[in-house]
Amino acid sequence: MTDRPALVLRSLVKRFGDATAVDGVDLDVRKGEFLTLLGPSGSGKTTTLRMIAGFTVQTSGTIEVDGRDMSRVPPYEREVGMVFQNYALFPHMTAAQNVAFPLQMRRFGRSEIKRKVADALALVKLETFGERYPRQLSGGQQQRIALARAIVFEPRLLLMDEPLGALDKKLREALQLEILRISRQVGATVVYVTHDQEEALVMSDRIAIFNHGTIEQLGDGEDLYDRPVSLFVADFIGESNILRGRFERTADGAWLVRAEWRWRVSARQADRHGLAHDSAAALVVRPERLRIEAVETGLDAQWNSVEAAVTEVLYLGSSRKVELVLPDDRSAVVRQPIGELDGDLHAGQRVRLAWRVDEAVLVADPNG
Amino acid sequence: MADSWRQPRRLLLLAIGSLTVFFLVAPTLVIVPMSFTASQSLTFPPEGLSLRWYTKMVTDPQWTGGFANSAVVAVLTMLLSTVLGTLAALGIVRGRFPGKSGAYALILSPLIVPVIIIAIGMFSLYVRWKVTGSAAGLVLGHTALAVPFVIVNVGTSLRTMDRNLELAAMNLGANPSRTFFRITLPIILPGVVAGALFAFLTSWDEVVVAIFLTTTRFRTLPVEMWEQVRQVVDPTVAAVSTTLLAITTTLLLLILVVRRQTPVR
Repeated sequence: MTDRPALVLRSLVKRFGDATAVDGVDLDVRKGEFLTLLGPSGSGKTTTLRMIAGFTVQTSGTIEVDGRDMSRVPPYEREVGMVFQNYALFPHMTAAQNVAFPLQMRRFGRSEIKRKVADALALVKLETFGERYPRQLSGGQQQRIALARAIVFEPRLLLMDEPLGALDKKLREALQLEILRISRQVGATVVYVTHDQEEALVMSDRIAIFNHGTIEQLGDGEDLYDRPVSLFVADFIGESNILRGRFERTADGAWLVRAEWRWRVSARQADRHGLAHDSAAALVVRPERLRIEAVETGLDAQWNSVEAAVTEVLYLGSSRKVELVLPDDRSAVVRQPIGELDGDLHAGQRVRLAWRVDEAVLVADPNG
Repeated sequence: MADSWRQPRRLLLLAIGSLTVFFLVAPTLVIVPMSFTASQSLTFPPEGLSLRWYTKMVTDPQWTGGFANSAVVAVLTMLLSTVLGTLAALGIVRGRFPGKSGAYALILSPLIVPVIIIAIGMFSLYVRWKVTGSAAGLVLGHTALAVPFVIVNVGTSLRTMDRNLELAAMNLGANPSRTFFRITLPIILPGVVAGALFAFLTSWDEVVVAIFLTTTRFRTLPVEMWEQVRQVVDPTVAAVSTTLLAITTTLLLLILVVRRQTPVR
């Protein structure tokens, strides 16, 4: 047992002419880990994956797989499996021939290839589909064959580039679990690229949030949701209520100030995110952390509040979603579990929105 | 009915279309009945029916020699230009190098430059290199004319091929040459075959360059026909023409069939 990471990226940079696609990425992926690169398109996640596969050569920085520097290793010697969004199955070969291809390239014996191909097809539950050509398979089946082909040679790393991007929602959800089961079963270390945050949250041990070619935050789903380090992460993961203002530090505490409002914030968070007095900042409050109180409710120092008017009340089965508008015309959203509802709300009703100081996240506002 | 006023226009269109086809094809087809004539001279309509000119075609060493020479030159041209053209198409479609568009224009120039100019140029050079009057010289000349057809056909196949297939092959452990032979070539094969057939035809019925680069001892079929028509107007020419027509038409139909086998996606 060694604790050496399966993949180490150090100061990885990729420039295309004047454009910087990846701008200094550092990442350690543990053996057997399912790590997702998540970000909007153009954030550098796919370029990073292509550099790991060796399809693109980095401008600077290093890539180590199992402790071996891959900088000068061509893609066909990296022992890294890849699953493409459009499957990239060889159209002139049957499913079984596709799966056999990496084994033939490694000069395995005929009987061993036959056995390994059968095992791989069984693993993806397509054992009776070996003789079919890719065009005779559905999208989901093609992607499972592509997965079998990428793991049959026991690569040191499995890369997946938006593998479910071309499939409809229902199939996507089924295949997410299928990919998880298979990768766990073979103990694969997976680096997965997606722009779908739900997919990332369902599948990943850890998620690296990409923005402008760098990793903005790395952590598990809970870290990213409850403790975002930047406004970008807070906005990208899940729904957020964002209150922008200026951060102020006074003798009686730390505050976010906007117009006539002054909200108490956590000084510890301000220190952690390095916020200076009188800098632009934002408070992020998740919809389920907001409470709706009567306007006249008195609150203690643990609570912040702002007056608002209800604009819409939506019942979503297990929860109620309330949309509101603040006095400065900004909107807010609250989610309440159906079981914890007290009282009816109607559009136009004036209420007080309240949240606990320590349940809001204070981050710098780069656009402030 | 909306169709009532369209009817006369459709008839007109049909008439113009038929006339066009007639003008295009009639001069070619008129040769076919002429080849079966029993008389000593090329006449239309033919007088009597006979296969004597076909018999002469397959027995006269001048004609059989021409057939053999043409076949050898066309097959060698096809092989050489298919290999060169496929490599060039790979470089032009996949490669990134300075002067690429210039190189592409130069390689395609035989399609645009008048053949007589190419022929004169080749003649002056090949005489100096002492390769006139040989299969080798004519194969080189015809290859220059045929390569553009291969590049255009293979290039089209390459552009429609999914680039990820090659990346996937490399990712799975295939080095560049195995990637080409196991993945790229099988997928672009329809384009390669179509290009090869075009190359064969380019050489098979080429006469201008061939006139310059052949001698009385080494003549291809079209040159032989040209010489015969100028001297004795003997109906064997019609028999040869009909045979050539049959071969060419067969190959063109073959190209159509191959082209339909677009790269499987």
